[in-house]
Amino acid sequence: MNKTDPFDDIPGTTLFDAQRSRQGYHLNMFCMSLMKADNRAAFKADEAAYLRQFPMTTEQHEAVLKRDWNGMIQLGGNIYFLAKLFSTDGLSFQHVAALMTGSTQEKYAEMMLQGGRSADGNRSKSEWQNRG
Amino acid sequence: MAKLVAGVTTSHVPAIGAALDLGKADTPYWQPLFKGYEPSKKWIAEQKPDVIILVYNDHASAFSLEIIPTFALGCASEFPPADEGWGPRKVPVVKGHPELAWHIAQSVILDEFDLTIVNNMPVDHGLTVPLSLLFGQPQEWPCQVIPLAVNVVQYPPPTGNRCYNFGKAIRRAVECFDQDLKVMIFGTGGMSHQLQGPRAGLINRAWDTAFLDKLVTEPQTLAKMPHVEYVREAGSEGIELVMWLIMRGALDEKVREVYRFYHVPASNTAVGHIILENNQ
Repeated sequence: MNKTDPFDDIPGTTLFDAQRSRQGYHLNMFCMSLMKADNRAAFKADEAAYLRQFPMTTEQHEAVLKRDWNGMIQLGGNIYFLAKLFSTDGLSFQHVAALMTGSTQEKYAEMMLQGGRSADGNRSKSEWQNRG
Repeated sequence: MAKLVAGVTTSHVPAIGAALDLGKADTPYWQPLFKGYEPSKKWIAEQKPDVIILVYNDHASAFSLEIIPTFALGCASEFPPADEGWGPRKVPVVKGHPELAWHIAQSVILDEFDLTIVNNMPVDHGLTVPLSLLFGQPQEWPCQVIPLAVNVVQYPPPTGNRCYNFGKAIRRAVECFDQDLKVMIFGTGGMSHQLQGPRAGLINRAWDTAFLDKLVTEPQTLAKMPHVEYVREAGSEGIELVMWLIMRGALDEKVREVYRFYHVPASNTAVGHIILENNQ
């Protein structure tokens, strides 16, 4: 896809495109491995050792160990694959979504009950820059 | 001959399945949502479809990054609920209709829609949550189901226009199948939601409402909408709504809106649901 993609102007959003898919292949396949109970147990027993089975970059390894969800997305992780990791941690989609927005689960859940994050003011990067 | 009689769209939020499975359907948070599906359960119990073609997306359950089919049709005789990381949902095994599924596959491929034929496919919440919403918690699902998994995870997903025309091809296939079957088609996923990044939690009620309106009366306009508008207006996971156009393409140009329901929130998501009948 070309570099002047209109998707690039959408704030706080990462598209899982060809480049991210190539970059994140091993990170996402690590997450996929956690769909098996034995693998979940092995990962929990020694996370760093388990991760060494997957040829990820150092940044990807560190982002997993730190549970830096936005970092993992930036490094090619896809949310549905990362879901296997946060499910292993016993966290919900809503909990991790809250973390990615820099909020707490309570505040985020309240925002959702009030109708969610409005599209107004959240359509383009310029809107985010102008809000200071 | 088989007849395609109606289409249903609904969101397929995993938390809805969990709420039902864990006995939380009557809690203040979930009760309004399940109440919104009561008329639909009554409608489908009266309609008694023989087969449902269920359009959904796999969420890294049956398909990882090893194989990413754009359209994958389940041709097996049964499909087990997938283990999505916390054990499979305790819902009945989904029974397929291999004869009709293979007929559709052959027909649409010769009609130039080159889908992938799948004989072994666990089905995740994308498929089982819509069944739970329409049928509740039976011992066995009351009809056969043909899963049609669409890639909306890896960019680019199919265009809305491709989905709409694919729906038309499915209709042609169904209606030249030589058995008296009452067939429905479900389009699932959506509505507005974003699960990732600093913009997570996006909900766009006005846009969703306009989408529902156009789905009924102006599907050909809707089919021209570019992907970027879905993502900007309905969130990164709002792109799932292209799948609703497969359902719509399989129906008549003019349809009867039988029921509509909209509810915010189910976890991170705006739930949208509509029932459309062909005029016959």
